[in-house]
Amino acid sequence: MTEAVAAAPRRRSSQARDVWRQFRSHRGAMIGTVILGAILVVVIAGPWLWHLDPTAVAMRMRNRGPSLEHPLGTDQLGRDMLARLITGGRVSLTVGLTAMALSLVLGTLVGVCAGFLRGLDGILMRLTDLFLALPLLPLLLVMSMLFREPLAQWLGAETGVFLLIVTAIGGTSWMHAARLVRGEVLTLKEREFVLAAQSIGTGRGKMILRHILPNVLSPILVSATLGIASAIITESSLSFLGLGFPPDFPTWGRLLYDAVDQIQLYPMRVILPGIAISLTVLSVNYIGDGLRDAMDPRARAR
Amino acid sequence: MLHYTLRRLLMAIPTLLAISLIIFLLLGLAPGDPMAQLPLTIPPEVKEKMRQSLGLGDPLMLRYLLWLKQFFLVEPLHVLDTLFGLDLAGESQRVVSWQSRAPVADIIAQRLPQTLWVVGLAYLVGIAIALPIGILSAYRQHSWFDQIGTLVAMIGFSVPTFFTGVVLIVVFSVELGWFPSLYDTTLRVTGWDSFVAQLRQMVLPVTVLALYNASQISRFMRASMLDNLRQDYVRTARANGLSERVVVLVHVLRNSMIPVVTVIAMGVPQIFGGAIITEQVFKVNGIGELLISSIQANDVPMVQTLTFIFAVLIVLFNLIADILYGILDPRIRYD
Repeated sequence: MTEAVAAAPRRRSSQARDVWRQFRSHRGAMIGTVILGAILVVVIAGPWLWHLDPTAVAMRMRNRGPSLEHPLGTDQLGRDMLARLITGGRVSLTVGLTAMALSLVLGTLVGVCAGFLRGLDGILMRLTDLFLALPLLPLLLVMSMLFREPLAQWLGAETGVFLLIVTAIGGTSWMHAARLVRGEVLTLKEREFVLAAQSIGTGRGKMILRHILPNVLSPILVSATLGIASAIITESSLSFLGLGFPPDFPTWGRLLYDAVDQIQLYPMRVILPGIAISLTVLSVNYIGDGLRDAMDPRARAR
Repeated sequence: MLHYTLRRLLMAIPTLLAISLIIFLLLGLAPGDPMAQLPLTIPPEVKEKMRQSLGLGDPLMLRYLLWLKQFFLVEPLHVLDTLFGLDLAGESQRVVSWQSRAPVADIIAQRLPQTLWVVGLAYLVGIAIALPIGILSAYRQHSWFDQIGTLVAMIGFSVPTFFTGVVLIVVFSVELGWFPSLYDTTLRVTGWDSFVAQLRQMVLPVTVLALYNASQISRFMRASMLDNLRQDYVRTARANGLSERVVVLVHVLRNSMIPVVTVIAMGVPQIFGGAIITEQVFKVNGIGELLISSIQANDVPMVQTLTFIFAVLIVLFNLIADILYGILDPRIRYD
């Protein structure tokens, strides 16, 4: 009797463990996780391991190739490329994560409200359709042009531009999450466990937090991973078009943009940040793919 | 079908109005000042008069209505005038660029062909590559062809177009010297030589955009084929003794194309947006490049018009996708 009880928890497989086992069998997703992990470690721990200042100008060391002192060479102002790539990665990844978080919060909020409050459903869904019909890249460019200066004066160049870009990207990419969440909420609302919770007098707020949100978590998680990838691409596109971060503030897109003029002489300076962006986005996309497969019970049964 | 089409058309109108209002308010309420770049020696009274002449003194809603009238009534009339040599528009005021003082529509008309050529060709090439790859990798799921196709498609839409463009420039124009790295905007096609030169300079931008589009469309094609290959009617067709060719290329393909066609239609505006970046990389003087240069020059009417044209494209192609879906799949019409 006691043995059976003791053995039970070992055999019981939780959903998280199932998902993890399925995720591990997805080769692309595992490689993506390792690569993204490596990039994250380098970018987070980089400033402690590599002490050179990414903004220190050294005119005598301009345009040097790789050496012991500067493993990836220096740029046209003699700044160390490795240090700049590390700092740039910090900014690019922070922008990606923050913008994704913002779009997720907005999307979930809109989706839950539309699914739960029948009076708001029509308006919110029309709003979502409207946002989906907006030309996003042109609007992002316009927003960046219009609000960059005032915000930079108000909050300082870095914080101002950071806030602007994060809100602009987050505020224009929540629509898919909203649609997804609304659809899930609408089907969940009819399920027995929700009815049961309702019948014992669960309030609306508690219902959403305890019963609905945990059940829409998996589609949200997948859309979040893919959201990070597109946010990183959007940020680097803005920087590449010269409408993102200011010149002395390295991000991967900005580094690429600064190096394009001298591409014929120093192609490495374009290639390195480009590879950094591409590898990050590729691994994030693979992780998203693996998560989607792992969280889909139908795929797991196979 | 007519009822369905009409309903979709009517729904597009409020969307377009709302988008135009958003774009107008965004630019109208922005803190930027078109007079900011003028020399300080100009007396304030003169500056005020210049503001009035640009129509900046009027209240915002009046300016919005005026702009709507100009965009939806005056400019189309002017376009008709130039096309058929009529005089419908008369002396009515047009949307004028602050930067060049020329009507916005004329400048866009000069720039549009380059964009259409590069973008249109890229999309066609992309579709032509994507469909066979999608079909084959679905038919031979989990084969090495499918694995490689998945990897290439994943790389294709993960690598940003500005980086693919730059890499192609490094490889094919700097190292190998096969193609020019910059688009020669003064080139006129007059004979065989200039035609070849035009083709050569279009190769790289078209390749960049085509690869990006192909990777997305081939994924959709593959997923849609996979959905259909598992259906019962496929087994019935095989059981009836139809050849494998007919089963896959006639029965399955026709049904799988329904969602893919709508995805292709809805992707058109997106590639115009993507062309903004590619045009910037190769310095193609299309409307994307025009948008960036107008943004940098604070040319509000030009930016407004171009952004709104992008919005019209999105709404229009969504409408086309909806109608196509209605034609191809009659069940959709009765929702």
